[in-house]
Amino acid sequence: MSRVVTLKINDQDVSGREDETILELARENGIFVPTLCHLEGLSDIGACRLCLIEIKGVPKLMPACVVRAQEGMEVYTESERLKKYRRMVIELLFVEGNHVCSVCVSNGHCELQYLAQKLGVDHIRLEYRSPKREVDASHERFVLDHNRCILCTRCVRVCGEVEGAHTWDLLGRGIQSRVITDLNQPWGDAESCTSCGKCVQVCPTGALTAKGKAVGEMTKHQGFLTTLALMRENDR
Amino acid sequence: MIAEELPKIAAQEQEDQLQFKHHIFVCSGTACVSAHSDQIQAALEKDIEERGLGHVCSITGGGCRGLCASGPMVSVEPQGILYQGVKVEDSAEILDSLNSQPVKRLECSTEAPFFSRQKKIVLEYAGKLDPERIEAYIAAGGYTALLKVLTEMTPQQVIEQITRSGLRGRGGAGYPTGLKWSTVAKAQGEHKYVICNGDEGDPGAFMDRSVMEDYPFKILEGMTIAAYAVGADQGYVYVRAEYPLAVKRLKAAIRQAQKNNLLGNNIGGTTFNFQIDVRLGAGAFVCGEETALIASIEGKRGTPRPRPPYPAEHGLWGCPTLINNVESYANITPIIRNGTDWYTAIGTEKSKGTKVFSLTGTINNTGLIEVPMGISLREIIFDIGGGIPNGKHFKAVQTGGPSGGCIPEQYLDISVDYDSLLHLGTYMGSGGMIVMDETSCMVDVARYFMEFCMSESCGKCVPCRVGTAQMYDLLNKITKGEASLDDLAMLEELAEMVKSTSLCGLGQGAPTPVQSTLRYFRDEYLAHIVDKVCPAGVCKIYHHAEVFS
Amino acid sequence: MRASSVKTVAVPSDDKRWRLVNATMRRHGSEPDALIETLHTVQEAFGYLDDTALRYVASNLKAPLSRVYGVATFYNFFTLKPQGEHNCVVCLGTACYIKGAPQILESVENLAHIMPGETTPDKKVSLLIARCLGTCGLAPAAVFDGEVAGKLTADDAVHKVQEWMKS
Repeated sequence: MSRVVTLKINDQDVSGREDETILELARENGIFVPTLCHLEGLSDIGACRLCLIEIKGVPKLMPACVVRAQEGMEVYTESERLKKYRRMVIELLFVEGNHVCSVCVSNGHCELQYLAQKLGVDHIRLEYRSPKREVDASHERFVLDHNRCILCTRCVRVCGEVEGAHTWDLLGRGIQSRVITDLNQPWGDAESCTSCGKCVQVCPTGALTAKGKAVGEMTKHQGFLTTLALMRENDR
Repeated sequence: MIAEELPKIAAQEQEDQLQFKHHIFVCSGTACVSAHSDQIQAALEKDIEERGLGHVCSITGGGCRGLCASGPMVSVEPQGILYQGVKVEDSAEILDSLNSQPVKRLECSTEAPFFSRQKKIVLEYAGKLDPERIEAYIAAGGYTALLKVLTEMTPQQVIEQITRSGLRGRGGAGYPTGLKWSTVAKAQGEHKYVICNGDEGDPGAFMDRSVMEDYPFKILEGMTIAAYAVGADQGYVYVRAEYPLAVKRLKAAIRQAQKNNLLGNNIGGTTFNFQIDVRLGAGAFVCGEETALIASIEGKRGTPRPRPPYPAEHGLWGCPTLINNVESYANITPIIRNGTDWYTAIGTEKSKGTKVFSLTGTINNTGLIEVPMGISLREIIFDIGGGIPNGKHFKAVQTGGPSGGCIPEQYLDISVDYDSLLHLGTYMGSGGMIVMDETSCMVDVARYFMEFCMSESCGKCVPCRVGTAQMYDLLNKITKGEASLDDLAMLEELAEMVKSTSLCGLGQGAPTPVQSTLRYFRDEYLAHIVDKVCPAGVCKIYHHAEVFS
Repeated sequence: MRASSVKTVAVPSDDKRWRLVNATMRRHGSEPDALIETLHTVQEAFGYLDDTALRYVASNLKAPLSRVYGVATFYNFFTLKPQGEHNCVVCLGTACYIKGAPQILESVENLAHIMPGETTPDKKVSLLIARCLGTCGLAPAAVFDGEVAGKLTADDAVHKVQEWMKS
């Protein structure tokens, strides 16, 4: 049994178990913390840096998705500095790929688009990188559009951790990295893929979608992840 | 082997050595080898054999003397003669002179400030120890520290001694070594690991390479003492694949240590078991970051993960893991042998001991040096380093690699220690020290380091992956004379954001070269942006008028 | 019971070099953590990593294909393309950089008409860059077919590569 601890988030008293993350606690208490790489049911990697928080007495900013609750902690999630950094993270993601909402099947259901609006990113001050990226439509049911990929690696994790196929991984590194299937071969030829479609459902943007959708038609359903996790726990 | 056998091996080796009137050491460091010291050694060996001198004169591929720019170096002991810039055809003359006066034209004075101002602890056997024979190391006092620890000290006492010595991590950040050891010792786990970080990636730094090549046994001994102190049974030395000689010598050293029962089961006849394996890096700077290094040993992409949990509690395969760098381990045996009072007398109040630097760039005596903490930059650059060549003027010295900064002339008299360097907006880093004169453009230098960080970013976190690329583009624009003052403001804003939000030290440190050069050389940035000129004449700025004329 | 016995994967060809690869994998218990060590052995033996080798290593080490590919492309040391008969590695470490390495690189690029990471169409020369060779004392430096050349000038480098191109 884990201990119950009390702490403060934005000067509000909250209590939770010490094995809970600050992100979980914040959300239980109705406090908004933006995330992109985090998804309930998958391991946390602290990569998108949107959920960074300030903790009193800790010089560095910490990702709320991996920091555990501690007795007496004082956490701040909404300082001006954090808000500015979050807007810049969104800006960086927008200039990194080629995100054109008006022609995207995920328009209106995209987590990147939602956060941009929510966090008040109304214009981009950085120069667009406009990379040349490809679309892989070799799979019979799904499409991968690298232009819209933000490298959150949710697809990599759901495929490895939940489906157990590990079809996805990353190629290269840094600004050159991108997602691949098997030996960097067309998705349709990837022998390890079970075509379960979990990667499509967890993708926050229009990078992974089902075929045959028109603009704005692609909605995603991620509830299955928590259900699966719960059922597996019961089986044990 | 048991403790009593060690002095016997040492005595036998010393007796063997006494048969020889002369010991010739030919530097086998990478710099000297690339100046063909291997051919010189072969020539000397051949000549010794032809002259029938084999029984009075020994020849060994010895360690580095530090003065890499003057290589190949050859020394004759115990006469204490040092030759520089030796060529294959000098072999006969050197042998002729063995029983008379040294060869004047090749002689290199060991009285020179380059040698006399140094303080050698890590490099204590400088150039006078065969790196490939454990007997030579034992005869020089090797492994007495380990056997003392195993037979006379408890793990707790070892940790106390290291803590009292004030040793701080030589990998750059300066975390107290004793504290790290005690955290790992306290951590619960069936297995614990000890890792030596030999992934020296800072461009312009080769201290650890030299230590691994010349003193492999010293590193193994330091790691074994650490393993005893924290309760580990397996160790790894993670070495860059770019250092094949270091890999070869470490592997050979491990085999010899195992053979002599100084690694493996029941070390030194005690109940202590510890094994060490070498793991190769594969060309990824980010693997110098401890969590990325662990991922790499596990055979994965070397991407860092958020800390906490720290490796001390959750490291290799989830077990408590101690990670120190090469130079830190090389400090362990001297501290155990000579005691903490001896060690704490060297250095400053908060930075004890010495630091090894590789001194490079536009400086006369490029090479490897070891100096007490607290020495001034001026002493390093002008006394030991011999100043700037070709009548040029000192402009800045860069420390700390791609996460470090540039120090301008007005701070040459500050003390070199962890805290003063941090105060100047740079940091100690692993020990690269690159001297620049007025022909270097500081904006170009900043752009160089940003290109490095951009290409070495693992790509996991957004600020480092995209932010370094954006900053690189802005710096490129500035060096081409195409940037505006708004671009400069954006560069500064990005620098601040990437520093504060990146996941690991690579991203957090990536903006430092920009911020540091902006702090001390802002006028150079403005010259590129406003006047469209590069004051050092490095950057190619094409004016539209010229293009069309 | 049979199912639990170790599955062996057929060697791609009767090339003797696969024995070296097998030896490395065996030494590490054929576990996924041997991946980087094994890729080093493959590259040492064959000069580069092709799909056949990656597949063979993946199935022997029980590692997913995408992970093997991800690792092979993460580390600079590994190459997926065959290298030229000769190779020239120009060091771009800081000391070399400020002492003229960019000019050396540029002159070799212009001579051979290739960029770093590329090989000439006749497979004679590959051009590579190194982050730091650790021979900063001899800056600027480059490695020609495994031999380090220090205090190099652009002319020296061009001369050396020209010889290879003519041979």
